[in-house]
Amino acid sequence: MKEEGKHKKAKKYGMVINLDECTGCGACMVACMAENNVPFKEDESSKLDSIAWMRVYKLTNGKSYPEADICYLPRPCMHCEGDHGHSPCVSVCPATATDYNHETGIVSQIYTRCFGCRYCMAACPYHARYFNWWDPVWPEGSTKYLSPNVSPRMRGVVEKCSFCFHRYQLAMDKAYLEGRTELEEDEYQTSCTQACPAGAITFGDLNNPEHKVHQLAKPDNKHGGRPGNPNVFRLLERLGTNPKVYYMSSREWVRQAGDNYLDNEDFAKNYRH
Amino acid sequence: MKIGRRSFLSFVIGGVAGTAITPLPWKLMDDSSIWSQNWPWTPVPPDGEYSQVNSVCTLCPGGCGITVRKVDDRVVKIEGMKGHPINDGGLCLMGLSGLQLLYGPTRVKTPLKRVGKRGEGKWEKISWDEAISEVTKKLADIRSNGESHAVGSIVDSESGTVPNLFKRFLTAYGSPNFMTVPSIQDSYGMTLQLMQGVSAQAGFDAENADFILSFGSGIIDGWGSPVRMFKANSAWKANGKKVVQIEPRLSNTAAKSDKWIPIKPGTEAALALGLANVIITNSLDSKKISQSTGFDSFKKLVQNEYSTDKVSKITGITSATIVSLAKNFARASKPLAICGKGQGSIPGSLNEFMAVHALNALVGNINKDGGVWAVTETDYIKWPKPEMDSIAENGMQKERIDGAGSEYPHTKSLLNRLAEVINSGDGSLEALFVSGANPLYSMPDSKAIKNAFDNVPFIISFSSYMDETASNADLILPNHVYLERYEDVPTLAGLSKPIVGLARPVVKPQFNTKHVGDVVMLIAKALGGGMADAFPWESYEACLKETLGVKWDVLVEKGFEFNGDKCMLEGDFNFYPEAMKSLSDFSPVSVEGSAISYPLILIPYDSIRLANGYIGDPPFAIKAVEDTVLKGKTACVEINPKTGKELGLTEGRYAFLHTPRGKAKVKVHLYEGIMPGIVALPRGLGHTAYDKYLAGKGCNFNELIGPAEDPVSGLDAAWGIRARLTKV
Repeated sequence: MKEEGKHKKAKKYGMVINLDECTGCGACMVACMAENNVPFKEDESSKLDSIAWMRVYKLTNGKSYPEADICYLPRPCMHCEGDHGHSPCVSVCPATATDYNHETGIVSQIYTRCFGCRYCMAACPYHARYFNWWDPVWPEGSTKYLSPNVSPRMRGVVEKCSFCFHRYQLAMDKAYLEGRTELEEDEYQTSCTQACPAGAITFGDLNNPEHKVHQLAKPDNKHGGRPGNPNVFRLLERLGTNPKVYYMSSREWVRQAGDNYLDNEDFAKNYRH
Repeated sequence: MKIGRRSFLSFVIGGVAGTAITPLPWKLMDDSSIWSQNWPWTPVPPDGEYSQVNSVCTLCPGGCGITVRKVDDRVVKIEGMKGHPINDGGLCLMGLSGLQLLYGPTRVKTPLKRVGKRGEGKWEKISWDEAISEVTKKLADIRSNGESHAVGSIVDSESGTVPNLFKRFLTAYGSPNFMTVPSIQDSYGMTLQLMQGVSAQAGFDAENADFILSFGSGIIDGWGSPVRMFKANSAWKANGKKVVQIEPRLSNTAAKSDKWIPIKPGTEAALALGLANVIITNSLDSKKISQSTGFDSFKKLVQNEYSTDKVSKITGITSATIVSLAKNFARASKPLAICGKGQGSIPGSLNEFMAVHALNALVGNINKDGGVWAVTETDYIKWPKPEMDSIAENGMQKERIDGAGSEYPHTKSLLNRLAEVINSGDGSLEALFVSGANPLYSMPDSKAIKNAFDNVPFIISFSSYMDETASNADLILPNHVYLERYEDVPTLAGLSKPIVGLARPVVKPQFNTKHVGDVVMLIAKALGGGMADAFPWESYEACLKETLGVKWDVLVEKGFEFNGDKCMLEGDFNFYPEAMKSLSDFSPVSVEGSAISYPLILIPYDSIRLANGYIGDPPFAIKAVEDTVLKGKTACVEINPKTGKELGLTEGRYAFLHTPRGKAKVKVHLYEGIMPGIVALPRGLGHTAYDKYLAGKGCNFNELIGPAEDPVSGLDAAWGIRARLTKV
């Protein structure tokens, strides 16, 4: 009984991104960079070393003109639950620099513990992790806009999306001060969710049936949070990473692009959403 | 001990092996990297007291409300203002990266006077007093020579107190040459003037429309007020409303629409009239409207000249598609047709605007919910006319240098003609003010503009940033950036309910800059006489407070106020204004260049991630640009794989892009979403000024194209140019 009461309290913060509404404008990327003191350098066109906690990918349906179609897909950290918190990156980190928080479901990244072995980057199937190959350099005067809520990273460590965990901490601090232990849905929202001009991102507690994310994704917690909504899918579902970022699309080719299928495989039959 | 060959070799090999095996060098290397990792060059942002200030973003004409987060006196984040009627919490990536403009390396930190050659980048820092007396001396000389009309100004818009201070300054000084940066608002304004007889702007009740037919408008690429359109687009999706996008390239807007219909570029007006023909022939038009002036002539025009088959040939769209599109559009309960390509920075062909507007009238959605409203801004600027002395009177009677009001009687400003008039020797300017604009970058045919500017002896830039125009000026009098100053921000941008917002200082000026409004007044006061009397205010802030009157308190409190009226139809709709006669023999706006030497057609495309006006992309924004748009220092052009195959160009190959106006090195990106035979290049790249994060990346589309004058409005109607791609 006691155990159950504890479980009820645990949050599982997650995101549903509506790809029908996403316009690919990139506001989420910049909102994230501005919120999290993400550095930049002169040339950012090599996307392998261009640090973007949130990156918007462009998908194409592979058809010829005029049947061609494109769709944008914003990719934050998926905060994989894996098997009981054994997300791919957490399992391999030799420094306990990345950890699965069972209270919130958020995968952390602790820069001062990280010694830059990059096992986590190799383990992450979503390319959500970035390595600081250089020390960050801000042009003269530009350090003034750095937020004190997020520590700037030094060379030699890995960084990634934290679901704006500092916002959770600030909101919890405020709640405690007001004598509450629970947060309202709108008290804790990530920077990208808030900024999205199209309102395509929904963020909240997947375990809370009153939260919009739960209603949209209809996660099946018996099966790793698999979405119950037929238009909702997760990236690389069949890997079993159980990500907490869900995507929603009315177009079949987009849903199909969320996982790898063999050429002769029947998508309709094998599609696991 | 004798050192033999054998012992020598053992010593060397042993040494090498020993050094490699000993952990010492590795340990030292590791230690030094860890040690240097902890050097204090990674900043630790100081904590402090948190606060929030509401203001307005002025980076584009969209007028979004912003909430700025501060820690002590530092600004750390810009967010969209919740509850604001335009953006309600959302914000685009430019607005979000605004702090990089405030604190960034591109700021002009103090008044600068050119010492080297123009554009050489050699400046002398001067005081504000010196700067103002410098300008005053020049202007007094020009005025006493009776050349007052040879002073001009280029300003970002015509509404609001700052542009009106410039206008007032020129009026009291004696020059009619108040020029503004052109956009589709000019074309829409003129369309409403000609067809509805009202002096108003088009306001689109987009949120309530249920069938949106867009003739190439970048609904989610930055058209109108961008965040508002994003929100409208999401609402359409949620409520199952239909969007049809007509353009030759699968833009983001086209990809998100319900149907993308590729069209031969430049033939949009023909399609609109072809649709009108189907609607009238099938009696699907609104019955009331057939009583309107010119309806019979219009009917005759579309029935005789725009039969479905003919339009199909012109536009490349199948007859069946045209017919079903027309029927679906007319049968929708709240259809809305919009035009103005991309972000709407090129005014475009007036025929196209009139044809599309006629389509709206045909389905009876003028001044209706979900339709097009004629809206006017409430003019809260009620300054008494300035006293004009004889020089001013004389100067104001001269014709404008750009031909607006004379050669083109209906147009207010024709910045696109300035370069040609100066270069051909038909007119000249002695001095030019540039504020909130960067014409050397953003106007078509950059080379010609540069030539023209070289012929203007005195150029004063009020830019806050070292942009292309500022770096080619003689004097820079840097304005505060929007986060450091008060300013009224009237927003039309296609809103059906225009609003006015108040930008206010969220942080004290970071450098030795001055509000442009104050500077204009200081110059006027230094000129003395009637000029000084025309500006009775103590400061810009005093002027703004007095001008806004009761509005001031509301704006300070709320940040915005609705500021406009919907004007009712006066008289009736005129379907066939004189200007439409040219449509009786349709020919698309011609593209420059011969088809033989330039077999392809180059069109620009707009991306919300690339700013292409006065403001250049801040580092965060340029970081967000995809590597299929910009790679290293080279811009990518999109071509259809079929075109690529014909030219022997594969993905990622370098190529030269030639047009009759210029040449640029580009990278090839094969894209199935573009019509064969067309090359698309993004706008907003190829800056030569600003900082190292932006300068020298890609090529400027405006260097490759020239303007094309619309026969009726005189505004720029160029939508593309002929081009050739060759292997490097």
